[in-house]
Amino acid sequence: MFFGKKRRSIIGLSLFILLLALFLPVVLPKFLTFLLTEIIIFGLFGIAVNLLVGYSGMVTFGHGAFYGLGAYTVGLFLTKTGVPFIVAFLLAPIIASFFGLIIGFFCVRLTQFYFAMLTLAFGMLIWAIIYKWEKFTGGDNGLVGVPLPSILSSTQAFYYFTVCVVIICLIVLWRIVNSPFGYTMRAIRENPERVRFLGINLTRYKLAIFVISSGFAGISGGLYTAFTKGAFPDYASWAKSGEGLIIVLIGGMSSFIGPLIGAAVLVFLQQIVTMIFQYWSIVLGILLLLVVLFLPEGVMGIKEKVRFQR
Amino acid sequence: MDLNFSLLGAQAVAGLTRGMLYYLLASGLTLIFGVLGIINFAHGTFYMITVFLTITLAVHTNYWIAAILAPVILSLIGGICEFFLLRRIYKAHHLLQLLLTFALVYIGVDVVKIFWGTYPKSLPQVDLLQGGIFIGGIRLPFSYLFMISVSAATGIALWLILYKTKWGTIIRACTIDSEVADTLGINVRMLFTLVFMLGIYLAGIGGVVAAPVIGAVSGMDMEIIILCFAVAIVGGVGSLRGALLGALIIGLVESFGLLVLPQFAIAFIFGVMTIVLILRPRGLLGRSAS
Repeated sequence: MFFGKKRRSIIGLSLFILLLALFLPVVLPKFLTFLLTEIIIFGLFGIAVNLLVGYSGMVTFGHGAFYGLGAYTVGLFLTKTGVPFIVAFLLAPIIASFFGLIIGFFCVRLTQFYFAMLTLAFGMLIWAIIYKWEKFTGGDNGLVGVPLPSILSSTQAFYYFTVCVVIICLIVLWRIVNSPFGYTMRAIRENPERVRFLGINLTRYKLAIFVISSGFAGISGGLYTAFTKGAFPDYASWAKSGEGLIIVLIGGMSSFIGPLIGAAVLVFLQQIVTMIFQYWSIVLGILLLLVVLFLPEGVMGIKEKVRFQR
Repeated sequence: MDLNFSLLGAQAVAGLTRGMLYYLLASGLTLIFGVLGIINFAHGTFYMITVFLTITLAVHTNYWIAAILAPVILSLIGGICEFFLLRRIYKAHHLLQLLLTFALVYIGVDVVKIFWGTYPKSLPQVDLLQGGIFIGGIRLPFSYLFMISVSAATGIALWLILYKTKWGTIIRACTIDSEVADTLGINVRMLFTLVFMLGIYLAGIGGVVAAPVIGAVSGMDMEIIILCFAVAIVGGVGSLRGALLGALIIGLVESFGLLVLPQFAIAFIFGVMTIVLILRPRGLLGRSAS
């Protein structure tokens, strides 16, 4: 019964958020719709990172690379070939998870610190290639003026497109984390040794998680290219990987939709604080310090605490 | 042929010089990781701030006074950071540790903007470091020689401290097991603070010798920290000899990469880092993973 009740309330809440998400652009000014789109895209990236970091306990420091790969897949296919938008967009997760398969193959064999360092190394390798291969990627200038179908050109239309894509992704991800596979992920985080004793092929499971996570990071990168009509080397940098971790931390590692909140905080800082105060980076730094020291469970951790106290 | 030789020689000198700078930073990074178990992303930030501070102090006094003061000041700031921030998270999830030093990176970026603006700064001319000598047709600028000799002297001093003094023995004991050291009555908390300060001091010396050669630019923190990770990984995390070897390898790969395929010199560095991590995760001279 308990599960039924919990399930019903989750469905109810999701429906409410869905309706809100669909209704909001009608009343919101264009600028806020724009911000909301950005938040949702970053949120998806954060949830993809959290699949590795929060659910499986694999701290990656190179996930920006897959975001960048998704971004450049959409950007390059749309500027250099005549393929329809939807084909380029669907290729983003495919290319990103293909690279995820190759990179993950090497990374998942390493533990904790060395895993983080190898993801960083691969991430930087991909960043360096994107950054320096000027003839192909546009180098430092990036790709600008990525052509989009006219149906997606307005801020609101693109917002609805993003919401639809992200909702589909969230449903898939939700099913993944609540499937037996998802519980294996948590078990890998809690006690990899015991998981191995149960006869589970640890390496193969970790690789599968890595590939899935890379694919969703690729989708968010692809969305962001379409959103900004451009792709830039920064998208693949270690700073982007770091932002992914920040989003996860602020939102709360133990929560499924926590990264959406983390993304909202980050976008708010980058876009709103910059308007009133020149130094958003120091604000983010101090906020991060406060979260690490006083709220290590993230924003969603507050909710948990309240629930336990009650 | 002669031209090629002198070109190769010049690249080798440049590579060794940069390598020695990387050694200064990576040795501090590796020492902090070895003892405190923290990956200090803010290491490059401390280095960057030292460079800016050195230049400012040099403008008001002279370079030599600045060179002595700046690392000490930064080391004190580092001590404060350790005492008030890092100390509280040694037992926390390593993601939190990572993000705490990450927070310092973000703060450092704006601290530099607030105090020094966004334009690059360069050191007023230091008379002693002008000019250079020719050896076998290869020009050795004095500033490079200064960088190499200071780094080498610091490296030797560090080795003497770690292997010939009581404190050094204690520090090395803590890299193996700080909890046992704690039960043996060693003040591990104070030691952690001192080691962190020592690590930052080394980064500070790096900043001092980099000031005449590189100057101060925003973004230099990010650039160097990633290279230092590459150095520490290639050499073996926690190993000082490894840091030296890694630094020389990365320095030379970088400068010869510039000669062969200038565009992708940076990709070569991460290529080396990747290959080492795949084939020998603990690095060339690292101890087996604990």
